[in-house]
Amino acid sequence: MSTAVNQAMVEKYKGNFLKEVTENVEEGNWVKMCMQCGVCSGSCPLGPHWDHPPQEIFMMIRANKREEVLSSTSMWMCTSCYNCIARCPRGLPITHIMHGLAHYSKRIGLKPKNQPTEKFGQMFWDNLTKKGRVNELKLGLGLYFKDGFAEGVKVAMSKQKLGMNMMKAKRMSPMEMLGGHGVSDLAGFHAMLKKAEELEAARVGENTDKK
Amino acid sequence: MKIGGYLCTGCGIGDRLDTKSLETVAVREGRIGFCKTHDFLCSQAGVDMINADLAAEGDDKVTKLVIMACSRRAKTEAFNFGAVPTARVNLREGVIWIRPEGSEHEETTQEMAADYIRMGCAEVKAMHQADASGEQGKNNHIMIVGGGVTGMTAALEASKAGYYASIIEKSDRLGGVMGQLHKRHPLRSPYQHPQDTGVAAMIAAVEADDKITVYLNSKVASTSGAPGRFNVTIASSVGAGTQAEFGAIVQATGFTPYDANNLPEFSYGKSANVVTQLELEAMAQAAGDGAIKRADGKEVKNVVFVQCAGQRSEKEGHLSWCSGHCCSTSVKQAMYFKDSNPEIETTILFDDLRTPGAGGENFYRSAQDKMVTFRKGKVSTVEAAGSDLKVNFKDLILNEDTHMEADLVVLATGMMPNAGVNIDAPKDDAANGEVKVPVESILNLQYRQGPDVPQLVNGFADSHFICFPYETRRTGIYTAGPVRRPMDGGQAQTDAMGAVMKAIQAIENSAIGRAAHPRSGDLSFPSFRKEGCTQCKRCTVECPFGAINEDEKGYPQYNEARCRRCGTCMGACPVQVISFKNYSIETVGAQLKAVEVPDEYSEKPRILVLACENDAYPALDMAAMKRNESSAFIRVIPVRCLGSTNTIWIKDALGSGYDGVVMMGCKKGVDYQCHFVKGSEMAHVRMAKIGDTLSTMNLESERVAVHEVAITDIDRAPKLLDEMVEVINRVGMSPFKF
Amino acid sequence: MAKEYSYYPGCSSQKGASSSNLEKSVETLCEELDIKLNPIPDWNCCGASIGYAGGGELPRMTLSARNIALSEKHHPDQDIVATCAACWLNTREVNERLLHNPKLKEETNIALQAVKLEFSGKKKVRHMVEVLIEDVGYDALAAKVKKPLEGLKIAGYVGCQTNRPFGIDGESFENPMYLDKMVETLGGEALTKYEKKVACCSGALMFSEPEKGQALVKDIIESAYDNGANMIVTPCPLCQANVEIYQDDINARYKTNFNMPVMYYSQLMDVAFGRNAKDAALDGNIIQSMELRKIADK
Repeated sequence: MSTAVNQAMVEKYKGNFLKEVTENVEEGNWVKMCMQCGVCSGSCPLGPHWDHPPQEIFMMIRANKREEVLSSTSMWMCTSCYNCIARCPRGLPITHIMHGLAHYSKRIGLKPKNQPTEKFGQMFWDNLTKKGRVNELKLGLGLYFKDGFAEGVKVAMSKQKLGMNMMKAKRMSPMEMLGGHGVSDLAGFHAMLKKAEELEAARVGENTDKK
Repeated sequence: MKIGGYLCTGCGIGDRLDTKSLETVAVREGRIGFCKTHDFLCSQAGVDMINADLAAEGDDKVTKLVIMACSRRAKTEAFNFGAVPTARVNLREGVIWIRPEGSEHEETTQEMAADYIRMGCAEVKAMHQADASGEQGKNNHIMIVGGGVTGMTAALEASKAGYYASIIEKSDRLGGVMGQLHKRHPLRSPYQHPQDTGVAAMIAAVEADDKITVYLNSKVASTSGAPGRFNVTIASSVGAGTQAEFGAIVQATGFTPYDANNLPEFSYGKSANVVTQLELEAMAQAAGDGAIKRADGKEVKNVVFVQCAGQRSEKEGHLSWCSGHCCSTSVKQAMYFKDSNPEIETTILFDDLRTPGAGGENFYRSAQDKMVTFRKGKVSTVEAAGSDLKVNFKDLILNEDTHMEADLVVLATGMMPNAGVNIDAPKDDAANGEVKVPVESILNLQYRQGPDVPQLVNGFADSHFICFPYETRRTGIYTAGPVRRPMDGGQAQTDAMGAVMKAIQAIENSAIGRAAHPRSGDLSFPSFRKEGCTQCKRCTVECPFGAINEDEKGYPQYNEARCRRCGTCMGACPVQVISFKNYSIETVGAQLKAVEVPDEYSEKPRILVLACENDAYPALDMAAMKRNESSAFIRVIPVRCLGSTNTIWIKDALGSGYDGVVMMGCKKGVDYQCHFVKGSEMAHVRMAKIGDTLSTMNLESERVAVHEVAITDIDRAPKLLDEMVEVINRVGMSPFKF
Repeated sequence: MAKEYSYYPGCSSQKGASSSNLEKSVETLCEELDIKLNPIPDWNCCGASIGYAGGGELPRMTLSARNIALSEKHHPDQDIVATCAACWLNTREVNERLLHNPKLKEETNIALQAVKLEFSGKKKVRHMVEVLIEDVGYDALAAKVKKPLEGLKIAGYVGCQTNRPFGIDGESFENPMYLDKMVETLGGEALTKYEKKVACCSGALMFSEPEKGQALVKDIIESAYDNGANMIVTPCPLCQANVEIYQDDINARYKTNFNMPVMYYSQLMDVAFGRNAKDAALDGNIIQSMELRKIADK
């Protein structure tokens, strides 16, 4: 499915990646307004870990480096610190654009493989949408086991002290394994999200339909 | 003649100094008529006291004043007594504010104050009341050279202000470069879209204005005279010439576009699809608001703009400077395409995108919003492959060599000023093998110093970029628009308004014999003692403003309406025959001689400080306001410009036992801060030769120092004086104390 | 009469969750200041900062829109208040983005029909510290102090999301002063030169990129030590957790000896207002500040 969307997008925008981003990525219509000052790149706490810091990402979009951008791990380095937003002289919502690009890369199936933040982020979303509220314990355990059972046991053992500390401080509860917190109107909650997802898929669908 | 002395004891002067003894110094040693004290001299009561003495009859009438109070830069309104020769003795900023309190300092501080009073009394005796020469004339007509938007704006503004204007345009039409444009940058908020140039309406307004005369196909064949009485011959290429009189001149001669044939690397000349910005304007004009077509008739679908083509480059044959308008122009031209069809690919390859002016940033954003692509890249070559083009460039953000296809490439080439003949060019240019196209003069000034206004760098007319942008180095002649620095049409029109205002000022000032900028209102002018003059021409050569001509015998002719009253001629004169009524070799010489020089064993050296009244003296005043301490051994004399410093003063000072001399003038060079442009530079040149004098006197060369001091050097200026104290501590006291 | 607010607690503040000590200490604080927090009935998660991987723009918008709509329905006259930085940021951001984008608002409301709610955007979304600064005021806070935090040198770690992009009390993003002012108000010594005041703790990436995250936290703690701090104080639950609970890991990785308490502003206030260690939820901290406890036990 995602490959089909990807193909449709490639077909539709024929090498005009800036336009594709403008029309399909969350806050993507701002990308054209970048003036290439580089303040965002210099303000990012994980800047050195980005293959392509935001300034470069914006230029790569203009240079039609579609695959390179969408399969990059760069956007997944965003900690949502909002420093780039606060400092951008052009007022670009850079944090949101990075989130949007990351999400878009997933949607069309170009996301990088084995990207830990991508995996954790998905896990988090699944966790929160299941009951409407985050179950921290399950999320934590899920995180430990994200790379398989054996690795998970190892990580969990190494985190034993941390877990004990948290339980001692009553900031982690084994009771969470059994049910845990959640919204009571779960059916409605799920229906709402389903509707939102449909509407969003339709947006991208519209863009792929009209050729 | 009666000289009245007025000693203020306010602001702490009375507390810090023995004013009784100062009064005695003024009367007995300064030999003035009387010395009155007042505890608040700048108050109405104090000023009334002085005015009463000035208004008195008979023997009581005071004709000259010595105000012993604060700096001449303070209380200027209270102590304004018109043309009455007045010496200001600076006891506040010059003495008590720079000297520490305490009994151990009292003696030297008191000596300082006494010396300044002796100096003020000596100065005022050498001063005379300045009056206009009577040479002046009034002429309300402004000559405007150049009929582009700058010139037309100047003419219309002059007319609105009630003055007459004549536009001299060499081509057969008004409008200049702006007249060749399809549209111009937006001039009003929200600065989002190109707008009509308005040239047609402007031409109509000029033609309808009965205060404006237009000379097409015409050039200035000769300009002589001075502000208020310029005499001009206008030559026509199609008919008879005209003789006319003008009060002032605005030179709005614009620029010549750089010749893109110098850029073969961009395939200019090889492919008809590589064009300059100006050529694109013609294509856009032809298209109206429809699709822009190439020479081969094909609609343009993919256009690339190459910024800084042949400019901002040190390469042979390129322009080293930025032409200021080209980024905004490419932004505008990209919109020609996007506005007609948003699907057209438009890419601007820039190095540093700069869109100066109020709306520049908005205009840039608007282009981004219209999906014009901006890429930071440096273009190396443009290859012509058949009718299509390949633009090779380095992407400076992604740090990679890459290329893009285009069916039209637009080169943002630069502007070269039409400033006429470079009168300062070395004469032997032709000798070193360079073949240069002879440059035609614009103004054909019948001035001894050359036919056009002096240039600063890159052929642009000299004017101070911030402080006095329209002032050329020829009084009464003002430049506006790209002839003085690169700029766009909107800025050029603003310039035109400024320049025409200056022209009006010049007309009004010259009518009553007053100086224009920067000694605005000064009625004094230089004159010379003919019998002493050796016709050496130093004054003519060194005058920064080309004010001085020579008569047939080689004697100077001052043309005071052209003069700025800086005194550089006076400083230049080797026989000291040039003077102003209120400023002369004598007014300064008498001051420095009035200082009491203690003997060699006193451990009290004396240092003469000649400080430019425009920057250095205010810097010393402000240092005093901050209570920055200075040596008690300095004696400061303000000068109009360091250029007015005559070496005789230095010789006299050293010969009468001063231990050191410090001169403080403004920054010189291409980034000068000198209010008289070349004065400070001239002083530096002259003082470089003072070494001979010192060695014949057997004195150490370090005893004379020349410094560039800015008005902001509040902490540095007193330190420079301390340095001289250290020098004297090292080399010892002068042996010339008698 | 108590000031009432429509309260959005957020997932981490729940019983047995990672910032339950923030919840407890705020509860005590509200008792002291006569503030009544009315939880939004049946609230859901805001999506935090990492929700974008699984959730697209619209699904994420609906999460907070549902909470705002619930508040509009149940607490029509009360401002929404959150104690968690991410909860506040997401809720306020969604509120503003929906108001600025009619299409997004329209689609969000279509989704909200599934829960028979409607977002109108009439709510003000505020952080607890805004309530303290704007509605209570520094002077009123100072008046409540019974046991000043004398002798405590405190590094105010504001972090990211209680600062950017909205800012608190109109202060600068680069050097907000409110946390320092609060510390001074409570009688402590604010280390105003603390360089890492607005640095990032790596947020949710601490879980997915622990090495990179711990490198950031190491600098945050080190700078506090360099400034002579007895403790760090923060308004943000994720900052608190990230900076406090990995100190063992960091010590192992960097051969450091960190043992720096990381407290909530609310805990400091409880103690200064004379409440005991239990009310201030001091047991909820893994690294204890003996100095603070001593004052609490006085």
